[in-house]
Amino acid sequence: MSSALKINGIRKCFGKGDQTVEVLKRIDIDVAPGEFLILVGPSGCGKSTLLNIIAGLEEPTEGSIVIGDKNVVGVPPAQRDIAMVFQSYALYPTMSVAENIGFALEIRKVPKAEREARIAEVAAMLQIEHLLDRRPSQLSGGQRQRVAMGRALARHPQLFLFDEPLSNLDAKLRVEMRAEIKRLHQLSGTTSVYVTHDQVEAMTLGSRIAVMKGGVLQQLGTPDEIYNRPANTYVATFIGSPTMNLVEGLAAAGQFTTAGAQLAVSVPDNQGKPMLLGLRPEHISLSDSATWRGAVSLVEPTGADTYVVIETASGKVTVRVAPQTQVHVGDAVGLDVQVNHLTWFDQTSGVRLG
Amino acid sequence: MSTKFLSIHMLSRALLYAVLLIGALFFLAPLYVMVVTSLKDAEEIRQTSLVSLPHAWNFEAWSLAWDSACTGAQCSGLKPFFWNSAWMTIPAVLLSCLWGALNGYVLSLWKFRGSETLFAFLLFGVFMPFQVVLLPMSQVLGWLGISSSIGGLILVHLLAGLPSTTLFFRNYYAAVPKDLLNAARMDGAGFWMIFFRIIVPMSTPIVMVTLIWQFTQIWNDFLFGVAFSGADSKPITVGLNNLANTTSSVKAYNVDMAAALIAGLPTMLVYVVAGRYFVRGLTAGAVKG
Repeated sequence: MSSALKINGIRKCFGKGDQTVEVLKRIDIDVAPGEFLILVGPSGCGKSTLLNIIAGLEEPTEGSIVIGDKNVVGVPPAQRDIAMVFQSYALYPTMSVAENIGFALEIRKVPKAEREARIAEVAAMLQIEHLLDRRPSQLSGGQRQRVAMGRALARHPQLFLFDEPLSNLDAKLRVEMRAEIKRLHQLSGTTSVYVTHDQVEAMTLGSRIAVMKGGVLQQLGTPDEIYNRPANTYVATFIGSPTMNLVEGLAAAGQFTTAGAQLAVSVPDNQGKPMLLGLRPEHISLSDSATWRGAVSLVEPTGADTYVVIETASGKVTVRVAPQTQVHVGDAVGLDVQVNHLTWFDQTSGVRLG
Repeated sequence: MSTKFLSIHMLSRALLYAVLLIGALFFLAPLYVMVVTSLKDAEEIRQTSLVSLPHAWNFEAWSLAWDSACTGAQCSGLKPFFWNSAWMTIPAVLLSCLWGALNGYVLSLWKFRGSETLFAFLLFGVFMPFQVVLLPMSQVLGWLGISSSIGGLILVHLLAGLPSTTLFFRNYYAAVPKDLLNAARMDGAGFWMIFFRIIVPMSTPIVMVTLIWQFTQIWNDFLFGVAFSGADSKPITVGLNNLANTTSSVKAYNVDMAAALIAGLPTMLVYVVAGRYFVRGLTAGAVKG
């Protein structure tokens, strides 16, 4: 089947002449029907601009957006058959919840009976039936978020767009709503594009993740690919918490040589250039017999796991250990790496090797 | 110590209220004098003091002022002037409010190249002394063929009020979140639909402010009224002036006072009815969803 959304060579520049700022540098992404695509990156990476271009709230400088099989560049947002959930919810303050949800249908002249049926259907889906007569100002943050999603769902659009919809909620509610969005997506199966700066949201919600930085697509892949085979050191350190350890060193005689230690692991060939070994905290363990050694500088229990920061000759390394492990600041420990979970990068370019 | 603090606190409170009370009395005194004088007959005004209460409630001066007092050669009281003012003020207030809302909506939510400059020029109009426009305005009214008519006065007040009403609405709408507009656009609403279905319904406080402001400005205006009205389109301010300046053997203070009160009553009424929105509207921004 063809793709539901095609982002073709999108460029976006702001300003004129010498002051031109290129915020999107040729982005190409194909989104399959039913897919949940996450656009993730730090603020200013261009992810929201890209979403606005898909929505039609901004026009690209170059490139095309194809929804279904129609190039929609130049088509007003209302005619693109998309619905959007905004960070600030953007509910109409003087309308009731039911009117908010039904407004788009009313404009599209959907008959009253069908409109009411759809409002009821969406309200049941989101468990907001008892709120239909209220004004947005009488709702809590989580309820407003539900109404905002209801407004999008009632349209039965081809494409859902989410612009950081959870960032105004407190931590507990955010986890709850995250699960709710996932449930709704499984229920409706509508293709979705979701912008966030939260890597946990990206990992839990996405069927694929597009990591962006400085207007450039760094990597596009499934959460598993992004996490386990990051394309470069930027992706490697952006996704995952605590972040991936990067250890500087050189390949020599089938060994990886870093300051103060030599690891007997299989190293890809990098023509003698310096490289970085990427190690997730959960892929290192403490071992008294290991040759790579350091001193514990910080112990962070989180409940389920404990993270231990170890000062080695080649820098700080974070290790995940079981919470019952007895370690104390100042202890001298050895680090054992799991040889089947190594990621290698070229040190200068940051690009993954092998 | 706490009782000492309490007594100082109470003393300062009492002082504060005393000052406020004196202030209120000071400003209410002229109104009081006007009301009691309007209820006395000429004889009683001469014989009693300015502040004494009337012996009996005598509304004769009020009916004279309304119906039959002379304003120059004509002797039909303030009644025709009052209705002139009403037919002039009501449309001018409503139109300038609506137009100002539309201007504010465009200038804050549909910015275009040069809209800020345009707004700066409009703002200039708020501070422009109206004397400056008297001659050109008179010329324009002549070209339009509405000199010396109520229609002409409506146009003048509409244009003169537009900078203020635009300013009010533009600042109020500046607080409307941009996403609200985007959401409506995605829902399929256009320029007018967004204006009438989303923006206007959330404008009650600022509409009240604008209505009060414009009503007071237009009802109390004398300059345009005297400059642009014809024989049968003079507003009440001009009528009042003529009534008070029409000399007869004895100065009828009671009639003058009643006439002045009649001229001032509508604005007072508007404040009483809509006044509580005034302060609220001036301080409140747009209601957030």
